[in-house]
Amino acid sequence: MRGYNFAYLDEQTKRMIRRAILKAVAIPGHQVPFGGREMPLPYGWGTGGIQVTAAILGPQDVLKVIDQGADDTTNAVSIRRFFARVAGIATTTRTTEASVIQTRHRIPETKLRADQILVYQVPQPEPLYRLEPSRVAARRLHALAEYGAMHVRLYEDIARLGAVAISYDYPVLVNRRYITSPSPIPAFDNPKLHRMAALQLFGAGREKRIYAIPPYTEVRSLDFEDHPFRPHRADGACALCGARDSYLDEVLTDDRGGRMFVCSDTDYCAGRAA
Amino acid sequence: MAYVAVKGGERAIDAAHAWREAARRGDPAVPALSTAQIAGQLGRAVERVMAEASLHDPVLAALAIRQAEGDLIEAAFLLRAFRTTLPRFGAALPLETGRMAVRRRVSAIFKDVPGGQILGPTTDYTHRLLDFTLLDDAPPPAAPRASDPVEAMPRVAELLAAEGLLRPEPASEVTPFDLTREALAHPAPRDARLQGLARGDEGFLLGMGYSTQRGYGGSHPFAGEIRMGAVSVELVPDELGFPIDIGEVVLTECQMVNQFHGGKTEPACFTAGYGLAFGQADRRAMAMALLDRAMQAEELGEAVTAPAQNPEFVLAHADNIEATGFVEHLKLPHYVDFQSEAEAVRRLRAAALAKAAE
Repeated sequence: MRGYNFAYLDEQTKRMIRRAILKAVAIPGHQVPFGGREMPLPYGWGTGGIQVTAAILGPQDVLKVIDQGADDTTNAVSIRRFFARVAGIATTTRTTEASVIQTRHRIPETKLRADQILVYQVPQPEPLYRLEPSRVAARRLHALAEYGAMHVRLYEDIARLGAVAISYDYPVLVNRRYITSPSPIPAFDNPKLHRMAALQLFGAGREKRIYAIPPYTEVRSLDFEDHPFRPHRADGACALCGARDSYLDEVLTDDRGGRMFVCSDTDYCAGRAA
Repeated sequence: MAYVAVKGGERAIDAAHAWREAARRGDPAVPALSTAQIAGQLGRAVERVMAEASLHDPVLAALAIRQAEGDLIEAAFLLRAFRTTLPRFGAALPLETGRMAVRRRVSAIFKDVPGGQILGPTTDYTHRLLDFTLLDDAPPPAAPRASDPVEAMPRVAELLAAEGLLRPEPASEVTPFDLTREALAHPAPRDARLQGLARGDEGFLLGMGYSTQRGYGGSHPFAGEIRMGAVSVELVPDELGFPIDIGEVVLTECQMVNQFHGGKTEPACFTAGYGLAFGQADRRAMAMALLDRAMQAEELGEAVTAPAQNPEFVLAHADNIEATGFVEHLKLPHYVDFQSEAEAVRRLRAAALAKAAE
């Protein structure tokens, strides 16, 4: 695009982000501060993911962007168009055809390969922030692997409600070291994080943090021996493709309680229905 | 199906943008606003946008205000997103506000000060009555000109410091922190804190500064000096090796003189809070100075009890571009997470109802 560098960011900024990514890959699950830039999209719209994508994108890459699992949500459309405009790269809605997938709130149902990179948009990289709002104090807890408060929080849920009440952004332990936010994906997606073949990069623009889960890394959703982690989905089959293994969106069809369930992953659904 | 939906989303975005453009222009029978009108007649808005965008460019700030239909936070965002793409060719020398071409200068701690008190073009003593003659575009009355040129005006804080009454500010040769290029880490040094305040939301600075006056981290402030005027910006180009004047900026500087420090062993002295803002911005500079002083609490050995004294709290929440983004992002789709939460609530309800039925 005239007047702008390939993929919007200047090369110096890209190098700074790549250095942060390399450090993040070297310390799986650890949040690395980076000099996040103002982007032409608002904070909260995926500025962290956009900066990570901009830093890793090459002219041969094929980009897929999803929001809520869907390629057709307005923000996914907007970010895909942004990169088509400022990088002139090919885009796709097919999971299997993409080399880079930027996502908000979902992991695709189709298993990702070692030659793919999954970039997450992260609103709040600090998994402990509800327990310890000071990031200075939270950093110290991570350094000491002092995670008792998180286990107590899970225990309190079980004691009061009979089960852990976290249904999305369910905290994980990466490489047996750092408690990490998987970003607000439904807990249903958590098992896909574990030993994924693809590199997983997480970008938080407003909070200026990058972290990573390298390929084939152990990722455990926090639980107890007598209360093992259980992923949940709406009980039923997709009304369009009949899938019983995918995460389902509930669509209200009238004001008399009518509803249908359809796959949240639009590419997975279209591939099955075809 | 997906393909059709993607095209639908793109059409919706294009249509929304076209509607936005038409709405911005308003009634075509009314002449369009010019950027020069905004820069020349809505100066306070232009200055606020330049401060919160950290970019001094009145013409581009006026353009941003026009493009944002007067939404100043949106305008600051537009200007910041432009600023971040600009190359850097150097850093200016520290501004010499003591050599300011003063248009306004007041000190609340002395009846008179060397150089005098100059009200300048202030609204401080106007009666806030709507001026209906502006509806008819009546020309303003002629403003009288002073017969004598203004004298040299040493900064009041320096007069106090010369007597040892004000806590000395150690000079530093360290390259200042750059908030626009690095992630802020805590405890943040004062240069980083001042940068965060300089681009912070004016309403937030005002509210937090106000809170210190109502007992949440008070520091007995006096307005030592508020001065406003043009200051030369000097730069030393590598190829020349000596400073050249590259233009001037109008600034408001506020030096608060606050509660004293010291006691039996250390000689007592007043402490200072500093505020600096583009343009004529008493409110912004004064609120900034209150907060700068409040955030020195820990360094001065004071008890940190109030939000305004906690730099991590203040600086993490002062940026209105970050804040508006994160607040407003709640309108983006969250239905996947909501579905997960709704299923969890249904499971909990089913379990509780089954237990109640037993």
